[in-house]
Amino acid sequence: MLDNLQLLFVWAPIINVQIILEGIFLGAVFALSAYGLALVWGVMNIKNLAQGDFVIMGGYISLALSNYNLSIFIILPLVMIIMFFYGLIVYRLMIKRVIDQDMFTSLLATFGLSLLMQQVMNLIWGPEVQIIDLDLPVYDAFDGFVTIPSIKIISLILAAVLSIAIIIFMKKSRTGQAIRATAQDPRAARVLGIDTDQIYAFTFSLNSAICGAAGVFVSVIWVLQPFYGITYSVRSFAIVTAAGLGNLPAVITAGFGIGLFEKYVGAIIGTAYEVAAPVSMLLIVLVFRQISMRKNRQAVK
Amino acid sequence: MINKFMLGVGASLVLTVSSFTTATMAKVEGDTITLGSSISLTGKYATNGLHTQRGYDYAVDVINSSGGVKVGGKTYKLAVKYYDDESTPARGAQLAERLIQQDGIEYMLGPYSSGMTKAIAPVSEKFGVPMVEAEGASRSLFTQGYKYLFAVLSTSNLYLSTAIDLAAESSSDPSSIRVAMAFESDPFSMDVRAGVVDAINKYGMKIVIDDQLPADLSDMSTTLTKAKALKPDILIVSGHSKGAATAARQINEMKINIPMIAMTHCEAAKVQEKFPKAADGFLCPTQWVETLSKSDSMFGTAAEWNEGFKAAHPSYTSVPYQSAQASAAVYVFKEAFEAANKFDQDAVRDAISGVEMETFYGDIKFSDAGNNIAKPMFMRQINASGNYNLVETAKDMAFPRKVAY
Repeated sequence: MLDNLQLLFVWAPIINVQIILEGIFLGAVFALSAYGLALVWGVMNIKNLAQGDFVIMGGYISLALSNYNLSIFIILPLVMIIMFFYGLIVYRLMIKRVIDQDMFTSLLATFGLSLLMQQVMNLIWGPEVQIIDLDLPVYDAFDGFVTIPSIKIISLILAAVLSIAIIIFMKKSRTGQAIRATAQDPRAARVLGIDTDQIYAFTFSLNSAICGAAGVFVSVIWVLQPFYGITYSVRSFAIVTAAGLGNLPAVITAGFGIGLFEKYVGAIIGTAYEVAAPVSMLLIVLVFRQISMRKNRQAVK
Repeated sequence: MINKFMLGVGASLVLTVSSFTTATMAKVEGDTITLGSSISLTGKYATNGLHTQRGYDYAVDVINSSGGVKVGGKTYKLAVKYYDDESTPARGAQLAERLIQQDGIEYMLGPYSSGMTKAIAPVSEKFGVPMVEAEGASRSLFTQGYKYLFAVLSTSNLYLSTAIDLAAESSSDPSSIRVAMAFESDPFSMDVRAGVVDAINKYGMKIVIDDQLPADLSDMSTTLTKAKALKPDILIVSGHSKGAATAARQINEMKINIPMIAMTHCEAAKVQEKFPKAADGFLCPTQWVETLSKSDSMFGTAAEWNEGFKAAHPSYTSVPYQSAQASAAVYVFKEAFEAANKFDQDAVRDAISGVEMETFYGDIKFSDAGNNIAKPMFMRQINASGNYNLVETAKDMAFPRKVAY
């Protein structure tokens, strides 16, 4: 470990650039998926355990579309639209019935959905690890020490554009307003004439579309495997718990934070601990919060 | 009332006794010998579980259509009963017990991966069920004193140690060589690592990166970033198919130019197809090569087995050795049944132990511990046109690896 620290900060500090970049690209995808989860959690109080599987499904749809030699700029909106309708179907068939139930029921329901999706994807695309290789140029800098495949830059920009689009949508549009209203107080929203069922359907489908977008990036940058959804689910939960539900800037920051933390832990301690990084960060945040909120805690007598 | 009660007891006694008798005769029913196998059709080993299953099924088809298995003057067909162990060792052990106790299976074909074989071997050993496995190469499977476990493949510690030997051969001062390695932390990869470390210590080489990859691996960038900074002389990666796929992709993306790169599972991950530029120069160990000059009376030469298998499964451009060794395992059973000339499990077990034959897969002869001591590991190198060239000495190798990305 000491060797790694020396490597990073004394012998070849330039590789920090590569690690930071990797962390940012990773964080962007996590932030997207986490925002979708926060949306569904905040508005409908459904903890979607199938979040990662939605991401992977988006990736697989993008894989299927890539056989038609479409550019990523066309694949992205197409996948989002397909995933939107998929989310709508899942909502109408299943989620609708568990919204008012207790937490355990909704967890079980989404867990079941996760298992179902994993196995169906395994049946359709097989258990082999799949990738999409768009064969785009790779840029290198600093005498080859830092390499950035252009697809990662494109994905980062697209992710940013998507996030900004969603923020504007939530702030300015009527539906966005309705969603925020329903999140604050569903009853009051109903009284004011908002059809909460439609809003829930829209929110869930929007989450599905966001996950689909994240999946497109996963498929072109990393690998797809039907059973890899859990990695994205775990990190999304970690980010949402750390950042809180309503706070989009916090979710994005936490997303990048986790990405960077993971890569640095991998570089310093060892790649085996990269998976432990987000979960331990969650632990640290929770413990820290527990301690710092001590003053605010009161007992009801 | 009492009459009905006695009738019920009597009936259940009869049923129980008859089920015992059918159990001992079970799995040789009519003219079919049913072998049992718990195989990974879902989960992280599903890729190779499928290759294995196809290898078993292909051999069963060929043997059945070439006259089957002759025991005691009668001809039998082979069949295999499969359960999906979901790449989970606990589930594999459960399914093995189910195969043996509920389904009455008396002979088993191994699962995929050393981890699964380690979970299932104690079960088959406990019930005295001979198991011929073709996909568990871990050395530690053969240090437990199992009597009923046999493996047709070479053990794992030999997989990449040949690469170290080749590196030493190509250098004037082997002890100056610096090695970077990344292994998944599962039993097989750890065994490969143990063999590599033994070889490294033998030459006095230095290990500069020693990373362990997580099970749900999709990103090796930190390891490769460190490799770029430290400039090792040889990079070694072992993480099943996904490790090879991820490594090839990221070596391409990060424009890695280390003089020698060796990894396992190149064929299973199809790296020469998916990343032709990066895969140039990769050294890949293989249990079996289709250009091998071995042959047998059932499958013909290695090339003939290869052609037959490809005809049955046209989606393969290059058949992974996992399928070849699976077919060899079934062939061992056929030979053992015929040599023992009866179905008693201990007799079959002794017959397997005495098997000594040349097959399309290579020579097979089992040590007392059950592993195959007659067949070595072969090293192949991918060239710029995506073909695998057999590397027998360092002179056959294209070295150093220099790819113009």
